Formats: sequence, C-alpha cells, structure tokens
Amino acid sequence: MSKGARMRRSVSVISAAVLALGLAACGGGSDSAAPAGSGSAAASGDQVTLEFAQWWEPELPANALRGMMDEFEKQNPNIKVKLISGPYSSTKEQVIAGAAAGTMSDVVGLDGAWVADFVKQGSIADLSKLMADAGYDDSQLASQVQLEGSTYMIPVVNFVYPMFTNTDLLTKAGVSTAPTTRTEFADAAAKVSALGGDTKGWVLPLSLEAPNGVQNDVMSWVWASGGSMLKDGKPAVTDADVTGAVDYVKSLWDAKVIAPGSFTMKEQDKVEEFTNGRVGMMIDSLAHVNQIREKNPNLNFDISAIPATDGYSGKRGIPYASWGIGVAENSEHKAEAFKLVQFLMSKDVNSQLSSVAKAFPGNKESVPDYVQSDALMKKAFDIYQSGYPANEFVGLPAAEDLMRTFDTELQAVLSGDESTTDGLQKVQQAWSEKF
Amino acid sequence: MATATSDVTQAVHRVPPAPGKAAAGRTPRRRKNLTPWAFLSPTVLLMLVLMLVPIVMVIVYSLKNNVIMTRKSEIIGLGNYGEILTDPIFLKALMNTVIFTVTSVVAHLVLGLTFAMMLNSPLLSNATRAVFRVIYFLPWLFTVAVIAVLWRLILSPNGVLNYILQQWGLISEKVEWLSSPSTALIAVTFINIWAGYPFYMVSLLAGLQGIPRDLYEAARVDGATARQQFFNVTIPQLRPIIISMAMLDVIWTSQQFALIWMTTGGGPGTSTEMLSTYTYKLAFSEYEFSLASTSAVIVFLLSMVLAFWYARHQKARD
Repeated sequence: MSKGARMRRSVSVISAAVLALGLAACGGGSDSAAPAGSGSAAASGDQVTLEFAQWWEPELPANALRGMMDEFEKQNPNIKVKLISGPYSSTKEQVIAGAAAGTMSDVVGLDGAWVADFVKQGSIADLSKLMADAGYDDSQLASQVQLEGSTYMIPVVNFVYPMFTNTDLLTKAGVSTAPTTRTEFADAAAKVSALGGDTKGWVLPLSLEAPNGVQNDVMSWVWASGGSMLKDGKPAVTDADVTGAVDYVKSLWDAKVIAPGSFTMKEQDKVEEFTNGRVGMMIDSLAHVNQIREKNPNLNFDISAIPATDGYSGKRGIPYASWGIGVAENSEHKAEAFKLVQFLMSKDVNSQLSSVAKAFPGNKESVPDYVQSDALMKKAFDIYQSGYPANEFVGLPAAEDLMRTFDTELQAVLSGDESTTDGLQKVQQAWSEKF
Repeated sequence: MATATSDVTQAVHRVPPAPGKAAAGRTPRRRKNLTPWAFLSPTVLLMLVLMLVPIVMVIVYSLKNNVIMTRKSEIIGLGNYGEILTDPIFLKALMNTVIFTVTSVVAHLVLGLTFAMMLNSPLLSNATRAVFRVIYFLPWLFTVAVIAVLWRLILSPNGVLNYILQQWGLISEKVEWLSSPSTALIAVTFINIWAGYPFYMVSLLAGLQGIPRDLYEAARVDGATARQQFFNVTIPQLRPIIISMAMLDVIWTSQQFALIWMTTGGGPGTSTEMLSTYTYKLAFSEYEFSLASTSAVIVFLLSMVLAFWYARHQKARD
C-alpha cells in the first residue's frame, strides 16, 4: 500500500470514528445498565446512577451534601448519586431546557414558583403515585406542593423571611424596640434615615433580573397582616390588602427612607447594605444569618416578626422559600429516585440538612441542632411557630413572570409615573391573562 | 481527413472494455471523488447538528403555539409574528437596541481610532507606548460578569463615581445611574463602550502600522496638511478594516445580553429593555417559547441582512 493510500485509509477510519462518536453522543445514554422503563433496576442488582441537579451544594458548607450522598450510597450499594450543582438561576434554566430535551436529571431541586409550569410541561413526576408505590407514610412531611390533588414537590427545608434590625443603629436613632406595626416601622425608618450620611431606614431590592423582592419584601407586608393577593385562587391585587401595602411602600419611598438604588438592587445587594451597617431594617431569609455574622462579626442585629397593620391581632403570615425536591418524569429510575427523596426527608438526615442550611426542616419530627444552641435561630423558630408560613406564589403559573410584571408596575408607581390604582389594575389584567 | 478521425474516435469508444478493467477504472475515480467528502464529513455533520438543526427548529417553533411547555402544539402560521411586531415592549426594545448599538459602534470606532493613533505616534517612546498599550487594552481582558460587577460598584448610589462627583462639587445629590429611568440606558451604553473599544484599537493599530510611509511622504511633498493626510491617506487605507469591524460590532452589540441582564435586567421599567433581554424574558420568565422563538427569528433576520451586506462588501473587496 502506498503512503498516500495509507494516509487516505487512515483519514477515512478517523472520519468514521468521529461520526460514530458523534452519533453515539447524540443518542445519549445512561450510566446505568438498567433497561429503559425498568421499575427498580437497583432491586435486580444492577448499578444505577442517579443525577441530582440542585443549587443547594454551593450554598452549604463544603462537602456537606456530598457527605449525605455518600451515606445514601452506603445504605443503597446499588445506587450512586451524581450531584449536578449550580447557582439558583442557572439551575432553573437547566431544568427547563432538560425537560424540553427529555434529559432532565432524575432528581431535581425545585422552587415552589416553578412547579405549576413544570407540571403543565409534564416534566416532573406525580410524587403521590411514587409515595403510594413505595408505601411511604407522608404524615411526617410538614408540607407538600400539590396541583389538582397530586403532589409534585416536597419542601425539604424551609427558609423564612423575618425582619432583621440593626440594634445599634436603631438605638442610636432613639428606637428602643423593634417595630411591630407599620406606623412604628415608618417612624423607626425615618429616625434612622435622619442619622444622615449613607444611612437609611429600610432596603428594598426590586431588580428585574431576579424579581423575588416582590414576593419577599413587598407582598410580605400583605401576608404579615393576614391579607392575600388572591381570591378564590384568582388574582385580586386591586383589593384593599395589596393596595394598602403598595401605598405604604410608596409612602416610605416618598419619605426617602429607603436605601437608594432599589430598581436594580438584588437580594445579595440588600444583604450587603445591611451587613455594612448602612440600613436599619430589612426583610430577609434566615439563610443569610451565617453570612452576616461571618462578614461583619461586630454587627449587633436582631430579628422579629414583620410589622402588621395597626391594630391587627391575628396570626401573621411569614414569607418562606423552600428547597423543594421532585423527580423527573423522564427518569428511567423513578423508584430509586424516590428512595433518595425518602432519604433526604428522613428524620435524622432532614435534621442534619436543616442544621447545616440554617433552615426549618421539612420533616415534622426533625429538630435542627441550632434551635438549642443559637438564641437568634430559636427566636426565629418561635416567630415561625406563632405565625403561619405564607407564600401565595407557590403553585402559580409563571410565578416569576407574575413577580416581574408586578415589579415593573411598582417601579412606575414609585417613580410617580402612574398611580397605585392604575398600576395595580395593569397588574390585575396581566396576571388574569396568565391564570 | 476529419471524417476519418471522427470514425476512428467513435470506433475506439465503441470498443467494449474488458470486464475487470472497467471496475478498476471507476473505483479510483469514485474514491477520488469521495475523498474530499470524507474529509468534510465531520465538519458538515457538526454544522448540521449544531447550526442548521437548531435554526430550523427555532423557525418551526416560531410558527407553532405552546411549544416545549405542552406536548401538543399546532402550526399557527405567522400569528406569533403579528403578536410580537405589535407588542409595544418589543418596539421599545427594538428602539433601545438601535440607540445602544449605533452609539456603541460609533464611540468604539472614534475611541479605538484615537487611541490607536496615539499609540502609533512617533512622539511616544517604546516604553511609554508599551505601558499605554497595556492600560488601554485592559477592558478587553475582563469577562462580561466582571465588567458588570465592577461598574455596578462604581455606579452604585454609594459608589466611587458619586463620591468623586460630590467631592468636586459637580452634584449635590447622589445619582442613581443604573436605577433611574433617565440615566440607565446612557449608563449601560457607556459601560459597553468602555468594554469594547480595545478591540477596535488593536485592529486599527495593526492597520495603521501597515500603511506605507511613502504615501505620507508623497502627501507631504504635495503640501498636504496633517488633517488632509488623515482624511486622504489614513482613513482610505483603514476603510476595509473599519467597515469590517463596524459590521461585526453592529452584530455583536445588537445581540448583547449578559451585560444588560447583569446590570439592569432590562429595567427600570423598560428603559434598558433590549431585543436580547426581551427574548430571554419571554422564554425563561413567561415560558412563551413560541413567542421567544419568533423574537429570535426576527433578530436573526435583522442580523442576516447585516451579515449579507458584510459578505457582499467583503466579496467586492476581494
């Protein structure tokens, strides 16, 4: 064979190999040896690898989640868990794209605001069926996110959003106790702002990139006074509850007691402002307690329930966000995937996870360590127990878009470009089209 | 004579080839014809899978309703196009994109050319030139994420810029550069200009160094002033580079997403809404993948017009 012929032959072989590799990659594959659609490959002795996509690992101490997965693998020798971790926002995009392409990870971390859309898309499995198949007792679960009578997401841990107060700043401004009513809050915010410099009473993040400020920092005023943004499951944002809250926020805005830069401020910016001692009060997740302590150990801060309307004596709704969990509809190993869900929801593991995450457990019987050792977290737990968890965006269609629409109109109201009534009517119309 | 030759030729052609020779004669020719395709096949396959298929899919999505989010979607023709093109937010996004792109490209060109001429000046020593090259080139080294974080810190109400302006007595109250509807578009355009001019600068500097000195000497002999040399020698010599870069910059800038998203999210309100953020919100906030595909196809068509014009210009130049 001539040199040229040998070269041609080599190139042909390489080309064929590249094509074969490309086609194999396009065809996808599973790490497991189990055939598609098998009920429980692990039970038959085959090795199964579950993919678990979530944003939790980066937010937990190093190796905390991996350590739990190692324990799970020890208990289930035929199941391996591959963690696919990323930031919250990119996790959501990956889950949507994976669902569309049929490549969603077997087990997925979920936010309650995503569930309705994924159910509509048919991308997440009916957990009620999986629980029944596994003979699982769901009475130990603190809550379940259901649509049309079926469970699609189980909150693994919950983060509540109380009011954080900078004790030193409030004392300096002549405010001796944390405000409990809207009037007291406005008064305290004005006094803190009057201290001058860069100091402001309250911080309100309204970035359109991540519009969850609408849920956590605006609608929380409605829920804290027992109000609602829905009526019979439909939007009711023009009612007195929401109108009152928006008018109240507008009054704080006009009084210039809110930290500047709200319209592009994100949750992390809010925490930075508080941590640096530039704002007296903020409504924030308990998940940030550790971060605040680490970044500014000298900051003297406290937490309390979100102020309610004057004279309100009922139970206070406290906003919360969950690290929820679900199983992909396209998973070939749903039974094994549910085993992982069961493991994370078991009493001891859930206690462990909620302890390291500084969150409240999704299992009623679990007790996180910090309740005994951390006075601030104990206080938060008491606030949580004396009120009720409130997040009306959970289970709504295109929940993030609902927040963004509200956010856009709220910005126009605060800027003085339109009245509260006009702004909320636009929101009502836009939301109604989505339901 | 001619007839005889023709007959001979025909006779030769009529002679049936030996069976073995026919196959042996065609096989090398066929192999020769197939060899280029064997070389090309990996690239062709990759282009099909990674470029053509997604483009066709997006175009098909734009003609259907409820794609991705529901299993059953139907062809609805050009309905999505009508909806998008009459959406006031889309029109606002289009207008913002045009303002952002045109301003950025013009400023990139002016700044890039100015700095390139400074760096090409014989008045600077080699050491000074090297230092300035590094300084001017720095913005090009940052990723978009770093640029967004950096400028968010600088333009924050409590940031460096407001501090300096207040110290100099130029402003009495802090300006919310990115958070105010009146300044947000200007601010993001400024950031984009800052981030993009080094690309022009480096390319134009290379172009300037390639202009023969004879042309300037001839111009000087003819009595041309510095201004005349600039407009009659420098600019004509740089024109191919300028046009090519401007075309590429228009395409890149009109598709800018990360910078806008990470600094303003398209807000406040819709003051910095661009075609890219508008499309992203349709897809990943509203889950309207059909409308998002329609918006993407419209952007694609607008870019194709520019790309076509660019390709024609390049061909004419060649």
